[in-house]
Amino acid sequence: MNFNYTEEQLALQDTLRRFIAKDYAFEHRRALAKSADGFDRAAWKTFADFGLLALPFPEDFGGLNGSAVDSMLVMEMLGRGLALEPYVPTVVLCGGLIRDAGSAAQKEDLLPAIAGGELMLALAHHEAGGRYALDRVAATATAAGNGWKLDGAKAVVLGAPAAGKLIVSARDSNGISLFLVDAKTPGLALRAYPTQDGARAADIVLNKVQVGAEALIGPAGGGLAIVERAIDYANAALCAEAVGIMSALNEITLEYLKTRKQFGVPIGKFQALQHRMADMVIATEQARSMATLAAVRADSTDAAERSRAVAAAKAYVMQSARLVGQQAVQLHGGMGVVDELNVGHYFKRLTMIAMTFGDADYQLGRFSDTLLAA
Amino acid sequence: MDLNFTAEEQAFREEVRAFLHAKLPETISRKVLGGKRMTKDDFVAWQKILHAQGWGAVGWPENYGGTGWNAVQQHIFDEECADAGAPMQLPFGLKMVAPVIMAFGSPSQQHYFLPRIIDGTDWWCQGYSEPGSGSDLASLKTRAVRDGEHYVVNGQKTWNTLGQYADWIFCLVRTSTEGRQQEGISFLLIDMKTPGITVRPIIMMDGEHEINEVWFEDVRVPVANRVGEENKGWTYAKFLLGHERTGIAGVGRSKRELKKLKEIARRETAGGRPLIEDQRFRDRIAQVELELMALEITNLRVISAEGEKKRAPGPEASILKVKGSEIQQMLTELQMQALGHYALPYIHDGLDDAWPGDPLMPAYAADAAPLSGHYFNFRKTSIYGGSNEIQKNIISQMILGL
Repeated sequence: MNFNYTEEQLALQDTLRRFIAKDYAFEHRRALAKSADGFDRAAWKTFADFGLLALPFPEDFGGLNGSAVDSMLVMEMLGRGLALEPYVPTVVLCGGLIRDAGSAAQKEDLLPAIAGGELMLALAHHEAGGRYALDRVAATATAAGNGWKLDGAKAVVLGAPAAGKLIVSARDSNGISLFLVDAKTPGLALRAYPTQDGARAADIVLNKVQVGAEALIGPAGGGLAIVERAIDYANAALCAEAVGIMSALNEITLEYLKTRKQFGVPIGKFQALQHRMADMVIATEQARSMATLAAVRADSTDAAERSRAVAAAKAYVMQSARLVGQQAVQLHGGMGVVDELNVGHYFKRLTMIAMTFGDADYQLGRFSDTLLAA
Repeated sequence: MDLNFTAEEQAFREEVRAFLHAKLPETISRKVLGGKRMTKDDFVAWQKILHAQGWGAVGWPENYGGTGWNAVQQHIFDEECADAGAPMQLPFGLKMVAPVIMAFGSPSQQHYFLPRIIDGTDWWCQGYSEPGSGSDLASLKTRAVRDGEHYVVNGQKTWNTLGQYADWIFCLVRTSTEGRQQEGISFLLIDMKTPGITVRPIIMMDGEHEINEVWFEDVRVPVANRVGEENKGWTYAKFLLGHERTGIAGVGRSKRELKKLKEIARRETAGGRPLIEDQRFRDRIAQVELELMALEITNLRVISAEGEKKRAPGPEASILKVKGSEIQQMLTELQMQALGHYALPYIHDGLDDAWPGDPLMPAYAADAAPLSGHYFNFRKTSIYGGSNEIQKNIISQMILGL
């Protein structure tokens, strides 16, 4: 057991910190959120140069063989920078899924392309009405020709507008299966929109979308376990991103408490506000501990251990995030609720992280149910 | 970054476990696990057993008889001791006055007192708070006036834990009224047998005698029993409180009590089903478990960092104190709540290890008897050691610079 980062990890953190300060300032980010793409393609290229897009992949497929702790560190910095690039959908979620469940050919085909920044991916799994449960898949896959024909509808697919390929889940006679689908395949329709936090997503309709035999990822009917693992992995990353945001919000809020004056003194002299700030710091330190737990366990191949730790972490980090986000807004007074200040944007991102792949209540329920088995 | 225990750490855990299995008397562990009343002899006997093993003061430097264990090893030791039902090692000697004597005491004080702390000879208690000086500790008024080679001490201390058993008390006393109030305080070691000391019980709301008032009337204390310099006692007092706060995280004990809570929730029934199947109650257990999982890692992060810097715990320890005490309180509250009706009976004998239960009550009432009392007793945890509000002052002022 040790709690230290390696020299390489600290160097990576430093590189990202400098990149954000220099090339990803808040005003730039604000403009990006309103642009057609909704993110910075030049930044994506820089991420590729930094190795971020290759980080979690095996060396055999152009990757850097980074650990989940490396990813945690990156996510924390992307959180601080409020990065809009589809890193989670492409690298963490779909990249992780292909790494863990793809065939050698699929890995060969996809991972170097992701690592090089040429290919973006999105996971089209959740459906309207299913909320966060991962086994609620109504889309169908029927054998057709040499492959399958996919029909159904997918809800709020993060990163879909920029994705060259989608990983689509559908139910066949074996259960839930996963298919790699080119975004331009006939019968696939996207309704794209921005999300509350400035990212991009889409609802997707699949109408007789024909895919070949090579499109199947993992065993037929084996999709649920694969998606569960990938979502756990993504949730661990989201926890780290949230911790990065919470740290940033605490720094910004603390600075505001020291500089904003009312009644002739900095408002940080008032004990009511001091204690609230202390609560935010305590919550963030505790959340950091849980995000670390999630990162370390997300690499585990023991599904029960992994999902228990990630559920616990997501529940706890999101509870903490709610407190820190809401109080950061409150302590900024009127400035907390305006668009021109970064505080509101951090708060929105934190809130949307909670609403992605299971909120605090849902995750607490998952964790709580493990107590029945113990 | 690696949260997994290494093979060496696992082997160390086994070693601690084997020791506890062999040496922890069942007569003692039964009381601890059952939440029963402890005697002075229980605590002293366990300290002597630990000392015989060379583990009497695991956190001390090796030259004073400590183990040289790192933070992770100490954590494993705490966790295993708590889980096995070992009595808590009371902090007043080992974790409070001893570090002060090591850091600021004279060689003769170190030579005399430290061996007697580690081997269980001397029982120490704390003389900090006064009726008029709680959170504002530096306003304390107990006077020590120099008379030749003695100080003559007059005043009153309060919230003195288990002083009815104590051989020695460490006291903050006022030796000067000049300047800031923090600048006129000295740190004295006082023999409890000295004429003029009176210990009066304060009964807590659980009905137990755990704390006392200590009165000093013309108590003569040799100047040689002053630690460090005259009027510099506040510095030593703050140093001591930093040490007090880390122990207060109490992760090992809370893990044990969480386990007990789950056992109660599996045994109790609600609507004919085990209480743990009641989602509303189960979610509350889950919530406190999350808090505890986070605290365990935060605790390790803080103490590992301190170990590397070789320094006393800093203001970060306040985070551990706040969360640790909140968790302990949540656990006692849920244990009480899990009992349903049997939270109500107050049975004084129920805290005695020998109480066989009552033939008219269900069998588990014997185990249940102490639990509501613990809930009432544990309201102390967010008050003592610097109230949680004071901890938040420390965080906002010393960490954040507000």
